[in-house]
Amino acid sequence: MSARYEMRFTGSGGQGVILASVILAEAAVVAGHQAVQSQAYGPEARGGLCKAETILSREQIWFSKVIQPSFLLALTQASLDKFAQDIAPGAVVMADSSLTVPDCLDPEQVLSVPILETARKKVGKVMTANIVAVGAINAALGLFDQESLREGVRRHIPAGTEELNWKALEEGAKLITPEQAEKFRQTLE
Amino acid sequence: MAKKKVVLMQGNEACVEGAIAAGMRFYAGYPITPSTEIAEQCAVRLPQVGGKFIQMEDELASIAAVLGASAAGVKAMTATSGPGFSLKQENIGYGAMAEIPCVVVDVQRSGPSTGLPTSPSQGDYMQARWGTHGDHPVIAISPATVREVYDLIIRAFNLSEKYRTPVIFLMDEIVGHMREGVELPNPNDLIINKRKMSYHDGANKQCYAVPEGEYVPAMKPFGQGERYNITGLAHDESGFPTNDNAVAGALYTRLMEKIDHNLDDIVRVQEYMLEDAETAIVCFGGTTRAVMTAVQEARAAGMKVGMFRPITVWPFPEQKLRSHLSRLKKLLVVEHNYGQMVLEVQRAVAGQTPVEFLGQVNGTVIPPAAILEKLKEMEG
Repeated sequence: MSARYEMRFTGSGGQGVILASVILAEAAVVAGHQAVQSQAYGPEARGGLCKAETILSREQIWFSKVIQPSFLLALTQASLDKFAQDIAPGAVVMADSSLTVPDCLDPEQVLSVPILETARKKVGKVMTANIVAVGAINAALGLFDQESLREGVRRHIPAGTEELNWKALEEGAKLITPEQAEKFRQTLE
Repeated sequence: MAKKKVVLMQGNEACVEGAIAAGMRFYAGYPITPSTEIAEQCAVRLPQVGGKFIQMEDELASIAAVLGASAAGVKAMTATSGPGFSLKQENIGYGAMAEIPCVVVDVQRSGPSTGLPTSPSQGDYMQARWGTHGDHPVIAISPATVREVYDLIIRAFNLSEKYRTPVIFLMDEIVGHMREGVELPNPNDLIINKRKMSYHDGANKQCYAVPEGEYVPAMKPFGQGERYNITGLAHDESGFPTNDNAVAGALYTRLMEKIDHNLDDIVRVQEYMLEDAETAIVCFGGTTRAVMTAVQEARAAGMKVGMFRPITVWPFPEQKLRSHLSRLKKLLVVEHNYGQMVLEVQRAVAGQTPVEFLGQVNGTVIPPAAILEKLKEMEG
């Protein structure tokens, strides 16, 4: 991983991609890293194209926006088509498996995983898709230890929903094979 | 070793936590993006510390309620964004004239009118100074990091209490909506000012009287037995309106001088790599984030660039800027507007050093690469 690791999380307003970016930034802070999180969205509360960003570093992060992400999460076709156009060379792209991977992406760099279906069928609540995604992202990139990740989640969920969210994290992690985890692992320099 | 408690915090959240640490116990507001989290968080936090939160019918009522609460002796705050900041201007002037301490947070967003509600801008810089009519004193402070939001909102309350004047806390979407890791200070280590509440010994006991050599009258809270008049009209030491030109003139002069004669106490700047710089970038608020990265990258490329950043953006730190001019060959002002602080820089520099400008108003932030490109263009 470079000195500044830029991550972008995209989807439709209401899918919780902003919260996913917040949780990963929180986990980074718990784990002793520097993190800056921000987001961009339209005036509408639900349904608009939504973009959130988290930057990780060992050093103080000044410029707070992503310049070119090394990781992209896309949960809708519109967000994948739009944001796949502008990523760093060799970036890892995680897309929901219901989406068609655009031609501009090398299939080798794409992790196509059933995030929405797993949230709906295995966890039992589609609204946990963002936590499933967090579990899958951390398993693929190997960013944080489980304790930091859980603390990152715990600080942003209502009390009493822990078990549901731990289940979502675990089901997300299960979507990544050991071979994929080996291939996509990142290390903060 | 005790583990440090670092938490991820949003700029708007830090604004509320800092204000509560400063003693803020009353908030009245009308939520507006990108300041809404301040109202939301005040609604949660103030009842927990014995304070009051009220959502008013609009921005005019909000600032009026804040002035009323402060007159009753409670530290009070309101928060808004561009369109709401316009609406609050009349009563900001009232606060300046009647000398009622309060903090008005403006989390700037793009555009005149309702513009781009969720997008960054710094288009309210001049409004913070001249938004309300008539000559009046203004203190405005602009933070660049989440930790600074916490520290500087406390400073905003302290200055407001000390000088009995509204303080504008000029945030922007970049800092308000950004989250970063912060470790908050121990509340016992904070310095908290409170207005003088009892009249000076020896002075006459009128509510707006000040002893010789001082500028700020004591302020007895309403509702505690003291009766006096508060008005937006020019008034004498008893607080009642007057048409006496000498009395009115003395009042206006005192209002301006209480700020102008205390600039050392009020004005703060951040200087970065300025010692040997040939070019200084001037910026404020959220723009500082891109400028810091650009300065680091310019230095890595061998360019002698530094940053001069007003933290107190009003009064503009002109003496501090002028103190660097003998060494500087060029100035570059970078801000998210069509050129507002650059006018103050040009006024302060008075032609001694060339001043260039880089601005952007399209709902996106100026990236460090654009600043570097401008620096190279200025060299060439």
